[in-house]
Amino acid sequence: MRITVIDYKAGNLTSVLKALRHLGAETVVTDGDLALVEVAERLVLPGVGHFAATERLDATGLTSAIRAAIARGVPFLGICVGMQWLYAGSSEAPAQPGLGYFTESCARFSESPEKVPHVGWNSLEVRKDSRLLAGVEPGEYVYFTHSYKAPVTADTAAVTHYIEPFASAVERGNVMGVQFHPEKSGATGLKILHNFLSWKSKETK
Amino acid sequence: MITKRIIACLDVHGGRVVKGVQFVDLIDAGDPATQAARHAREGADEIVLLDITATHEGRQTLLETVRRTALELFVPFCVGGGIRSAKDAAQVFEAGADKVSVNSAALAHPTLIDAIGRSFGAQAVVVAIDARRDPEAADPVRDAQVFVQGGRKPAGRRVVEWAREAEGRGAGEILLTSMNADGTRAGFDCELTAAVSEAVNIPVIASGGAGTVAHFVDVFGRGRADAALAASIFHFGVSSARSLKEELAKAGVSVRLPC
Repeated sequence: MRITVIDYKAGNLTSVLKALRHLGAETVVTDGDLALVEVAERLVLPGVGHFAATERLDATGLTSAIRAAIARGVPFLGICVGMQWLYAGSSEAPAQPGLGYFTESCARFSESPEKVPHVGWNSLEVRKDSRLLAGVEPGEYVYFTHSYKAPVTADTAAVTHYIEPFASAVERGNVMGVQFHPEKSGATGLKILHNFLSWKSKETK
Repeated sequence: MITKRIIACLDVHGGRVVKGVQFVDLIDAGDPATQAARHAREGADEIVLLDITATHEGRQTLLETVRRTALELFVPFCVGGGIRSAKDAAQVFEAGADKVSVNSAALAHPTLIDAIGRSFGAQAVVVAIDARRDPEAADPVRDAQVFVQGGRKPAGRRVVEWAREAEGRGAGEILLTSMNADGTRAGFDCELTAAVSEAVNIPVIASGGAGTVAHFVDVFGRGRADAALAASIFHFGVSSARSLKEELAKAGVSVRLPC
């Protein structure tokens, strides 16, 4: 299994690559070689840091290439800012549009006595038909570190509670995203990445 | 619900885990990669590897140790000790660390925090503060002083103010070690931890003084810590992070279990 990991110079890819390789995947990294996206079997968009960094995806043409790959049915997984990018945008960088695959926008956690960022291990309420989160039982924990979050909608695959309920995972067809870091979430995280690696289109058995 | 983190700390010297009191009488305690994997398996929520050599010559050994340790570690992994520049930090991230902890170098050049945060994100920068109460001061907690060089030299900064500045510059977490409590096994400095935790909006990791499970309950409650560093407690009766967390859960602390 070959996974194309997109590097848009927002943080460190080492942990994501390590986890994918641990699960037996061959990894290819691209920071702008569109041909690699055109032949990709599976795409992962990691990302930590600021939403504004996704500007680089537009500047390099990766946004269009990813949009085309998704339309072809290539399984796509966005992690953290990579998940938020699937939405229309984020109040973290209002001038920078996201992919818009999901029409809602991401926003900062509401003012609260709780700390923002949300850092640490928190639990997931998993939607029953989620394929990405298959086998994740109630009471399993994953590792988060973020200040902005996606709203709960019909496409939400898991809800997590911190200050308010938010979408900790999103899934529609071949497009998936997780707000947490599966590569840093122990056995639960590896199970989720394994689900992504073994994801198959329903039409082609 | 968000859980309180138990972070296992490994002191590393020359590529080996060492145990000792105040960096003296070091005893070899094994291979860092093996120890880190064991702690993760036994329920630690995160691993901190602290290079206590932190010499220029030791950098390559450290990077190799980080690389080997990170290879099969799938929980957050923080590396500290001797990180003096954004370039040092970049090498440690490249080797597989998720976070770096900076201490003396950040006090000497506070823009180091901004620089690492800009390149790798705030979540990747932990500012470690060695704190000592000033018994002469009107308010020993508010006036607690930052110390450098393993707690030998005052940095001329108040702890709470430095924590606030670090946050403003883009630190993602504060690792607060009480020099007064460290090594006493008489409990964390809960007043100081609470003062820092209330002053900033980023997580505070409490360190120094743990001797019993009750001390952890106390620092997560009264001390308002978001996480606590566990080092010597594993040498004194509590066998693993899991057994510590099972006791914490019984005391009503929210922790990641089963793990």
